Amino acid sequence: MSYQGKKNIPKITSDRLLIKGGRIVNDDQSFNADIYMEDGIIKQIGDNLIVPGGVKTIETGGKMVIPGGIDIHTHFQMPYRGTTTVDDFAQGSKAALAGGTTMIVDHVIPDPGCSLMAAYDLWRQWADGTTCCDYSLHVDITHWNDSVKQEVDNLIKEKGVNSFQVYMAYKDYYQMSNSELYEIFSFLAERGGIAEVHAENGEIIAEEQARMLQMGITGPEGHVLSRPEELEAEAVFRAITIASQTNCPLYVTRVMSKSAADIISQARKKGNVVFGEPITASLGTDGTHYWSKNWAKAASFVTSPPLSPDPTTPDYLNTLLSSGDLSVTGSAHCTFSVAQKAIGKDDFTQIPEGVNGVEERMTVIWDKAVTTGKMDENMFVAVTSTNAAKILNLYPRKGRIAVGSDADLVVWDTDSIRTITAKTHNSAAEYNVFEGMELRGGPHVVICQGKIVLEDGNLHIISGAGRFIPCSPFPDFAYKRIKARKQLAVLRAVPRGMYDGPVSEFSMSRGGTPSASARTSPTKQPSRNLHQSGFSLAGPPTPDDIPIRPAGRRIVVPPGGRSNITSLS
Amino acid sequence: MSSTGEVPAFFKSIGSDSPGRPRQKFCGMFCPVEGSSDSKTLDFDALSACRKKSDGRVIDRQTDISQPRKVEIRESTGKEALQNLDNKRSDRLLIKGGKIVNDDQSFCADIYMEDGVIKQIGENLIVPGGVKTIDAHGSMLMPGGIDVHTRFQMPDRGMVSADDFYQGTKAALAGGTTMIIDHVVPEPGVSLISAFEQWREWADSKSCCDYSLHVDISEWHKGIQEDMETLVKDHGVNSFLVYLAYKDVFQLTDAQVYEVFSVIRDLGAIAQVHAENGDIIAEEQHKILEQGITGPEGHVLSRPEEVEAEAVNRSVTVANQTNCPLYVTKVMSKSAADVIAQARKKGTVVYGEPITASLGTDGSHYWSKNWAKAAAYVTSPPLSPDPTTPDYLNSLLSCGDLQVTGSAHCPFNTAQRAVGKDDFSLIPEGVNGTEERMSIIWDKCVVTGKMDENQFVAVTSTNASKIFNMYPRKGRIAVGSDADLVLWDPDVTKIISAKSHNSTVEYNIFEGTEVRGGPLVVISQGKIVLEEGNLHTTEGSGRYVARKPFPDYVYKRIKARSRLAELRGVPRGLYDGPVCEVSVTPKTMTPASSAKTSPAKQPNQPVRNLHQSGFSLSGAQADDNIPRRSTQRIVAPPGGRANITSLG
Repeated sequence: MSYQGKKNIPKITSDRLLIKGGRIVNDDQSFNADIYMEDGIIKQIGDNLIVPGGVKTIETGGKMVIPGGIDIHTHFQMPYRGTTTVDDFAQGSKAALAGGTTMIVDHVIPDPGCSLMAAYDLWRQWADGTTCCDYSLHVDITHWNDSVKQEVDNLIKEKGVNSFQVYMAYKDYYQMSNSELYEIFSFLAERGGIAEVHAENGEIIAEEQARMLQMGITGPEGHVLSRPEELEAEAVFRAITIASQTNCPLYVTRVMSKSAADIISQARKKGNVVFGEPITASLGTDGTHYWSKNWAKAASFVTSPPLSPDPTTPDYLNTLLSSGDLSVTGSAHCTFSVAQKAIGKDDFTQIPEGVNGVEERMTVIWDKAVTTGKMDENMFVAVTSTNAAKILNLYPRKGRIAVGSDADLVVWDTDSIRTITAKTHNSAAEYNVFEGMELRGGPHVVICQGKIVLEDGNLHIISGAGRFIPCSPFPDFAYKRIKARKQLAVLRAVPRGMYDGPVSEFSMSRGGTPSASARTSPTKQPSRNLHQSGFSLAGPPTPDDIPIRPAGRRIVVPPGGRSNITSLS
Repeated sequence: MSSTGEVPAFFKSIGSDSPGRPRQKFCGMFCPVEGSSDSKTLDFDALSACRKKSDGRVIDRQTDISQPRKVEIRESTGKEALQNLDNKRSDRLLIKGGKIVNDDQSFCADIYMEDGVIKQIGENLIVPGGVKTIDAHGSMLMPGGIDVHTRFQMPDRGMVSADDFYQGTKAALAGGTTMIIDHVVPEPGVSLISAFEQWREWADSKSCCDYSLHVDISEWHKGIQEDMETLVKDHGVNSFLVYLAYKDVFQLTDAQVYEVFSVIRDLGAIAQVHAENGDIIAEEQHKILEQGITGPEGHVLSRPEEVEAEAVNRSVTVANQTNCPLYVTKVMSKSAADVIAQARKKGTVVYGEPITASLGTDGSHYWSKNWAKAAAYVTSPPLSPDPTTPDYLNSLLSCGDLQVTGSAHCPFNTAQRAVGKDDFSLIPEGVNGTEERMSIIWDKCVVTGKMDENQFVAVTSTNASKIFNMYPRKGRIAVGSDADLVLWDPDVTKIISAKSHNSTVEYNIFEGTEVRGGPLVVISQGKIVLEEGNLHTTEGSGRYVARKPFPDYVYKRIKARSRLAELRGVPRGLYDGPVCEVSVTPKTMTPASSAKTSPAKQPNQPVRNLHQSGFSLSGAQADDNIPRRSTQRIVAPPGGRANITSLG
């Protein structure tokens, strides 16, 4: 590091920064150029840039410069039954920056029955004062009624939230019925939101959990035994079906198993707009640890959907990530201390769920996918940053090195080797699910908002420096296709003559297929009947419920019906 | 409408039905394109189908193509008759010179039957004198068809489906089917037993062929479980149907389905499923009605095939979890069939039942301008508008990915359908097909070379009897089996028409379809019921066939798996480190059991703890890598320590 020019007065607070000799890697191409940034924004890219004097310069020596990672799924400071996850926004975002991630997207989880808006405000309040990097928020829809619908509308329009998660698991708590999913998806499709889904069949899980406990299985292995990967795949399949019916873009959070990933890739082949998010844990480790004799270690792996016990899963998911069948990566970072996990020491269903991964995400993917030759550096940028920015409609502000983009950059060192251990990680948790893994590749310098936050292994973070980044609805990446399909998908009725033949008597006591649910649902007003008026019976209505028609009886109107609209040919 | 003068309505539909239906070859290079002459010539017979039935009731136009196939039936005469004690009503029958076709092999032999049971098979049989003899002249003789899915006389909102057990079984026999399995549909709130007895009463008095009954589970509570046990143990029922569709009427939740399947597995029965996602359908129906689409096309638009595939996938998942054999009724679409085929490849015990309608026609008719015609195709899941579906399903049926065929015969006449003339969701559902089933499959599969005659027997009869535990009494020609036989003529050609069919409804969904292959003689319970196009049926002669639980065909694998599938917990030291305080408010993240009452489940006592007693503290465990400790002093290490000394 050196300072240029005559004015050799170091301005520590200067926001001006020059990166020299780097190889810029975007998701589409790599090229050699210098980058000059000012006030947290990239101002110039090119060779021999003309920059003001006194600019802090980073000599990269040919290292790769990539857009800072976007961790699209975190749960910092998440409340859980009176306790909170050990990593709050300060601790969590610090860990993120240490791993080369310069933006996180956290999930707001309102308690069922509570206002989404109040929960959103609460999360904003927590995050605004403490986060060290830019952040954005997903809002989870944990119950559904008219007021929630209104709040979702407001969040999209005024609060910069464009993605909402629904749960198909956690029966009697967060779980949504299929009808509710249909309504939520329809509404989001209309307002330009992204429907995220936690895909597991909660009903079957509840049954299986009861069975496991009855059999006396109470340890963390019960968690994975009661949530076989089929249940995840089933829910993914169902979510895709509903999303395709409602023409809504779907985002599957936490793809943990091969079969779930397969369903997503099949659906994409059929043309569904669906994005899959494997997480650090599913890409880096597997579920064999649930059988560890050390309870605390086994419990630290508990997350939902669980890590698959099939040890070939990480490799398979990395392959699909490389081929583009899975689109983005998150960490689902949601750490609890051992004492918190021990809430469920006698009953695995009570173990708080969540694993670490925000710090390890970039390195795990580099090691598992890039060094093995599955993907190239550009694809690496796409899955760690660019695709996420596109889905959130933040592209090209985030996720790209271009003039005018935010100065969130990582100088990536492809040669560094690091052993992950709980002793050195930045999370507050006692266990690390990647403990002992030796990983190649890591951040050399991390620049967030134009400031160096990591260099020479030292973190220089400012708590509360992170800004909330509002996301606007109708991201092109997801909605271009949706909009085109919406225009095509207009259904048309067949113009045919009014049927005016005999009609059987029938009791209305129970409809064979009632068109509307008895439960309250906000989008529904029973509005019928379009044809009620304006037709006259040609003949006397003959109550003809006798299956075999008496042969001699003359029928005034033939059963084939006749057309009584003359204009029809 | 006057019968003279103006052009009748049905003429207006000429050339306008089946929109966009691609013409494709169906059997080979040199055969005419299917339907290439459609809408070019007037088929007056077909078009006049909806006219009065009284005029000129023509028996099937049976035009023989190759050499006329003859069957001689000789009555006992002269002296021989005297030996026959109970002449005329003799139950003795000899079939000579037939080619016996079972699902595994075909061979030539004579068959002698008595009292409704096959007594001898072989050549040069020694039979009593005066026996009625049928000379088959080398025709194929196969086990009578079993139609696994009918809904005769089914009540629906105060109406009853047009074919009762007499009319329905008569149609079945006319098509070569000698046994039907009907569905008992209890109204929610009615006990299964009383519904079952009601159906027995109807069927016993009217049915002309042997029958059995599936029972549908239309709601779920403790009483239903007891009823199911009684039905299995005392009434010979071994199959129960659950509905994933018909929201707020029949539909069960996933948790309920899980419990029903668990009960079914313990009883040794077969879980049948009507697979469609009812929640999505209810929403779609509402949406489509709001758009002003009220005709039958709304039925298929609101039930896209994805919704069927999704439900099939879900029920396969639940069946896998509960280790319960699954039987998917009415496979109507390619994607649903694909899901079944994939699940079978993964080893799931699942059977798929395409029906006559899905094998023989497609859903393009929902767009017919003739409301009554369009409404006649309404069934659930709907016929797929994709015209390549029948061909695809026939292929899967031939390769064994789908195993059995039913008809889901549940027709309603036009006046009954017209209940839904302003709202497609009210149209009573069901199509015909019990009479046409065998011929359609022969025509679409055997004639085209997709399957051989043995596989034909398997999918029309043998597999059904194996799955429902009636084999080898039914579904096989063997000594001791029931004398339910069909003398099959592969060359006869017939044009299906509502004019000549045995059902009472005005429309036949296969109207105008020319099929090759049909029954020449049908023998039910050792009696000739169809010969030379004439039906001799006796109302009430059908017997109820009781079925035992745990059919080998299905349960051998299930039993082996349930032995294997025992799960074991990890024996580990008790965690005795610090435990966080938890707010006691009952908002558990994952409640172990549903709050709703469920019969299959005892309120589960937390069964704990195997290792509670008899331990002593003994230091830290081997793999207990003590993590980074925060400032808080922890008395016991977070790894927990092993407190059972015997653990390594």
